[in-house]
Amino acid sequence: MSSAVDRKKRFVELKSNRIEHPSSISFPPVGAYEHEDVFSIEKFQKTFKVQVIKLTDDHIEFDFVGIDAALANAIRRILLAEVPTMAIENVYVKNNTSVLHDELLCHRLGLIPIYADPRQFDFKFAEDEATDINTIVLSLNVKCTHNPSAPAGASDPNVRYINSTAFSRDIKWVPQGPQAERFAEDPIRPVHDAIEIIRLRPGQELDIDMHCVKGIGKIHAKWSPVSTAFYRIMPQIDILKPIPSELVDKFVDCFSPGVMTVSTDSKTGTKTVSVANARNDSMSREVMRHPEFADSVRISRVRDHFIFSVESVGMLPSAVLVQESIKVLREKAMRVKLELNQLITNSNGETGAGDADVSEAS
Amino acid sequence: MSDDPRYICAECGHECSLSQSNKIQCTECGYRVLYKKRTKNIIQFEAR
Repeated sequence: MSSAVDRKKRFVELKSNRIEHPSSISFPPVGAYEHEDVFSIEKFQKTFKVQVIKLTDDHIEFDFVGIDAALANAIRRILLAEVPTMAIENVYVKNNTSVLHDELLCHRLGLIPIYADPRQFDFKFAEDEATDINTIVLSLNVKCTHNPSAPAGASDPNVRYINSTAFSRDIKWVPQGPQAERFAEDPIRPVHDAIEIIRLRPGQELDIDMHCVKGIGKIHAKWSPVSTAFYRIMPQIDILKPIPSELVDKFVDCFSPGVMTVSTDSKTGTKTVSVANARNDSMSREVMRHPEFADSVRISRVRDHFIFSVESVGMLPSAVLVQESIKVLREKAMRVKLELNQLITNSNGETGAGDADVSEAS
Repeated sequence: MSDDPRYICAECGHECSLSQSNKIQCTECGYRVLYKKRTKNIIQFEAR
């Protein structure tokens, strides 16, 4: 196999005005590439690598190496739209004398992230009764009054009034049945304490009950468990011929900080540049604007190396979210497999033909 | 129910009850803009 074809398979080439051969080769059109490139589960199990770069409860950065864009993108999309969480869905307004209309206030309430493990709850379908395994009850009861001990002439509403702002911390959990024991260790509450729901003035009052249910981001963004979930494809920078010493500083400035490293010869003072960490590059392609660097550098991306960055909203740790997304993907694959099997058994029954087999897809 | 005050004066905030024959006017200050009070029923909304 020629090295040019090999490069084409491994790298996506970035040119000044275009991106060359961006398409995936794992699922090629018939006859486009040799058979060995086509996705197979054995090859995937052998070559696939995961590396966690940064890990906190809120944020995970990890690399998937040896995966097709279709699978990487599926995981990203599942994180955004199909990993379930709990969110306020039904709001029962007993009193609202604030300046915000009921509808708008309820919409705001729905967007408040609720700290509850969605794996401990069932989905509540339209025909289901609300029970302690599919519903969380919350209440918000805030009344703003004058502060009798406020100094005369105070102008700050926080001093003059009591409860001048309704915060997310004012939302109280009302345990139903055995919920109080089940969640005694880690009580259900809003993820963040100081989300402003609405500002109140003396005499204004909120008296609201809320029911949280399990849902997915596809139905409404309030159920999305991530604030961001994205990937970059690993940058690859090759310096093809030495950069003249006097142009080195200009060359280094064309890339993101930390991408290039410069070494200076102690005797002659000649500078040489080399790639230190291509991963940090923003791939701005600034270097291609300068004709003096025209043939000196090649910028590409490693086709099967995905740098994921996932930020959790807070109800589940970021690493758990990634695990959950993969579970969802597996379930989807199992469903497709089941359907295909049924299709084959059905058609076999009709025609009486052959031993068709569905390969392991997951 | 019928004796409950059903209107709020827009000027003085006084809660007044009016019958059909009454003028639409606050019984305390005579202001002619009255707001209807909010229902005491619970109202259900979808948080969307």
